[in-house]
Amino acid sequence: MPAVTAVPRLRRGVRLGYDPVRQSPVVLFPEGVLLLNTTAEAVLKLCDGLSSLDEIVTGLREQFTGVREDQVGAVLEFLADRHVVSWEDV
Amino acid sequence: MSADPPLGLLAELTHRCPLHCPYCSNPVELVRRERELTTDQWRSVFTQARALGVLQVHLSGGEPLARRDLPELAAHAAGLGCYVNLVTSGLGLTKERMTELAARGIDHVQLSVQAADRQRADAIAGTRAAAHKRSAAEAVRAVGLPLTVNVVLHRGNLDEVGAIIELAEELGADRLELANAQYYGWALRNRDSLMPTRGQLDAADTVVRAAKARLAGRMEVIHVIADYHDSYPKPCMHGWGARQLTVAPDGTVLPCPSAHVISTLTFDNATTRPLAEIWYESESFTAYRGEDWMRDPCRTCDRRGVDFGGCRCQAFLLTGAAENTDPVCPKSPHHGVVTGILADSASRQVLVGVAELGFRMRSEER
Ligand SMILES: C[S@@+](CC[C@H](N)C(=O)[O-])C[C@H]1O[C@@H](n2cnc3c(N)ncnc32)[C@H](O)[C@@H]1O
Ligand code: SF4
Ligand code: SF4
Repeated sequence: MPAVTAVPRLRRGVRLGYDPVRQSPVVLFPEGVLLLNTTAEAVLKLCDGLSSLDEIVTGLREQFTGVREDQVGAVLEFLADRHVVSWEDV
Repeated sequence: MSADPPLGLLAELTHRCPLHCPYCSNPVELVRRERELTTDQWRSVFTQARALGVLQVHLSGGEPLARRDLPELAAHAAGLGCYVNLVTSGLGLTKERMTELAARGIDHVQLSVQAADRQRADAIAGTRAAAHKRSAAEAVRAVGLPLTVNVVLHRGNLDEVGAIIELAEELGADRLELANAQYYGWALRNRDSLMPTRGQLDAADTVVRAAKARLAGRMEVIHVIADYHDSYPKPCMHGWGARQLTVAPDGTVLPCPSAHVISTLTFDNATTRPLAEIWYESESFTAYRGEDWMRDPCRTCDRRGVDFGGCRCQAFLLTGAAENTDPVCPKSPHHGVVTGILADSASRQVLVGVAELGFRMRSEER
């Protein structure tokens, strides 16, 4: 689990998009494609390279109810594993 | 068997190429320039592919830069919303061309490198290629695109894998793919000279592991290990007709880039049949989709969802029937073919320098 002050950032060449064929948000990057659910999409949209994990959680709470920090952290860890985001050291 | 829509399209725009890599997986019978699809035909392929679900287009070949219309094609694929990947040897990738291609929508560049030592690299490429790699990598970095360096490993360059990793760092790669040669096309023909020794593979593995640890977070290192030497077959293409399709320079639509070797199958052409129909209904794409086609031992094996029975092309090439288990698998009744090839090459092999490798250079074969 990353520290709440850690800052996730989209890696170079990562692009968010929407696929009208699958009617799903997607993230496109050099090694592949991931279809996103609403949560993952909302998390990625808040990854501006400046906001820390706890700031992203705050941002999500403005849009959704029942946001849990450990779940957001887990989504970001998964995306880090897939080389979509990297963690900036702060 | 129902199928999901494809995610990726490998567009082999041309077979023309200024290099003559003896490990090249491209077919020995190359498609001639006159038979290449036109710009409009490629545009139609991309449009149909996107409508079918393709989100990633790999512009490859041969050397894609040999196509004058590459910027138009890149722009068309990007305009459809696809992620566009340029797969290139770098020959001809000047700053000007890279700048134009980036403006037209290329998202990522994969640059192939033959070896770290310049002379060795040029000997493998069969032309003066090494000097172009640096300028090509610089051009990619200058436009700020992500760069993957791809190096095919074989007997002639495995011993310098450490230097290859250092070169990739110098080139500023975000990712490095170290891919042991797969034996298709020219590589199959040159297999005897390409086949590494067990000792070479083990030594390289130690070097790569250490480099992965050292470079974690800076450069991602992907190691594709040697297929014949592996204990299980590779999950080829994530399954036949499952995620990706290939369109050859003349418009032939293939479930994998090597599938044309399976002479028992008939393949459709994108100029004469709609791509969606080819993907969902054609004989070639449905032949080995899912698990219904499997025979023993795959049919009842608990790894069938993991490796899908390996590679159909390899099964065909080495056993004569594509529906056989990939003979790399120890459970395959034909596994002796692979162990035989390995034993045979081990008994004949002494380490030799690249000058003595005796590759059959591709240019001599044309
Ligand atoms: C066939 S090349 C075509 C594009 C371009 N000419 C190039 O070399 O990058 C596509 C990719 O396949 C890799 N490749 C070629 N032959 C291979 C083989 N036998 N096994 C594994 N990868 C191979 C190349 O290094 C390159 O990254
Ligand atoms: S692998 Fe080598 S010979 Fe084959 S297409 Fe690429 S550069 Fe040309
Ligand atoms: S028997 Fe078939 S499914 Fe099982 S490991 Fe071998 S190739 Fe894979």
